[in-house]
Amino acid sequence: MATENMIEVEHLTKYYGAFPAISDVSFTVAKGEVLGFLGPNAAGKTTTMRILTGFMPPSSGTVRIAGYDVVSNSLQARRHIGYLPETVPLYTDMTVKGYLAFMGTIRGMNNNDIRRRLSDVTELCHLETYYYSLIGKLSKGFRQRVGIAQAILHEPDVLVLDEPTIGIDPIQVVETRQLIKTLGNEHTLILSSHILPEVSITCERVIIIHEGEIVAVDRPDSLARRLEGTERIHIEVEGPTSAVTKAIRNIPDVQDVTYADLGEGTAAYDIISRSSDSVRTELARTVIEQGWGLLRLESVTMSLEDIFLRLTTTEEA
Amino acid sequence: MRITLAITRKELGIYFASPMAYVVAAVFLALTGVFFIDTIDRPFAEASVRGLLNNSAFFLLPLIPPILTMRLFAEEQKLGTLELLFTAPVRDSEVVIAKFLASFVILSAMVLLTLFYPLLIFYYADPDLGPILSGYLGFLLYGSAALAIGLMASSLSGNQIISAVVGFGIILLFNIINRVSLLLGGIASDILEQLSLTTHFDAFTRGVIDTTDIIYFLSITAVFLFITIRLVESRRWR
Repeated sequence: MATENMIEVEHLTKYYGAFPAISDVSFTVAKGEVLGFLGPNAAGKTTTMRILTGFMPPSSGTVRIAGYDVVSNSLQARRHIGYLPETVPLYTDMTVKGYLAFMGTIRGMNNNDIRRRLSDVTELCHLETYYYSLIGKLSKGFRQRVGIAQAILHEPDVLVLDEPTIGIDPIQVVETRQLIKTLGNEHTLILSSHILPEVSITCERVIIIHEGEIVAVDRPDSLARRLEGTERIHIEVEGPTSAVTKAIRNIPDVQDVTYADLGEGTAAYDIISRSSDSVRTELARTVIEQGWGLLRLESVTMSLEDIFLRLTTTEEA
Repeated sequence: MRITLAITRKELGIYFASPMAYVVAAVFLALTGVFFIDTIDRPFAEASVRGLLNNSAFFLLPLIPPILTMRLFAEEQKLGTLELLFTAPVRDSEVVIAKFLASFVILSAMVLLTLFYPLLIFYYADPDLGPILSGYLGFLLYGSAALAIGLMASSLSGNQIISAVVGFGIILLFNIINRVSLLLGGIASDILEQLSLTTHFDAFTRGVIDTTDIIYFLSITAVFLFITIRLVESRRWR
């Protein structure tokens, strides 16, 4: 049923000039769901969020928030959204109280509601100490909290948070994630991030976006399972590349090998395998037994980019 | 309406949160003071504010309004707060009108302070009240046109200096375009003459309130506010 979905995105495409920032993005978010939007920088996360919140229109495709189209019925759609942009938008010359009250008013709240919610959100976001301070004097972490406070002040049905933990210190990150989890209980929430664990902690469902296209949609635990046990090993070997590649491929659990020639008979090999220490032991033994020179062997942590690459390849397979 | 006033109040608060409003008002008052003395402190001086208002309009209205309006959109764009304003359920036109109102309130407050000069004249002489009132009315109309132009300039870029310079240039052009008209003849001369802010202001200081002049200033204000709304909307599409 259409009303079950708070957010419906269909075939969303946005061009900046000739360059497509996102192309053919479609997804829905059910009422009360917490959705993570995961992707590296410039993947199209912010663009998607800006279209969702009605800040800019898509080149093609439609977005409906609580059933209202964000382009043709923009004001209605915007009434249902609380939004924290990536660069926290604050008037540095206003006090926390003045800013929040202002945001409440322009979102159509009456004075009684504002008064009631002001005390709620300052408590929830731990802003009591700085209630009368100028925003310009606050630290980055507190500014972030003020940003979140303004997004939830009017009790929106849909909460859109763009990189809510970027640029704040680790302790505050933990607190902010905790806060987001609390908020997820009451709101339909979309959260963007380029950090995988963050999304796994807070979200029920994850969309992975890469170069403007949705690469994977999954629950965080099954996403982790898909990646589980995958390890990347980097070795440099002195020896004939074709023979080395063949020998490595014959090692059990090795899934993929690519190499780059370093010159003077040496090459660097990038190996993707199911993770187990035996792969590395076996690799070393094979190379030594064949009489090749083993110059380097290391296990590389999978970066998000690697995960994207793995996911794209598994999707195609 | 409530939203418009909330935005206006926010803008007024920000004006006074920095030294900006005070500095601009101080400069405005200092210079009007000079103009006042210049027209009064001479033999056979007229007991009127005509010289004061003419000079203020000619020299200060191209300068002060763009400085008042330069931050209104440029700063929001730089701070990223425009994103907030345009994702709140607020019409673009409400934002533009609210910001215009805020700058008009500031300018009016500054003009109000200059009423000290006519009070002085009343103390020492017996001036005609009519031309003083009509002159001030004209000055505020002229000011609102200048503010609308300045606001439009502010919506053009995220850089306040660029906004101020562009606004200054356009107002100055409308200010002096009647001089160019002297070089031309015929209909072109008439058109440029009628376009000039100075031409339409002159009658007010002489005590003449002509509906043509009122409509002229209101039209300039409306046209530039309309352009501003369009420019703000167009930002979404760029």
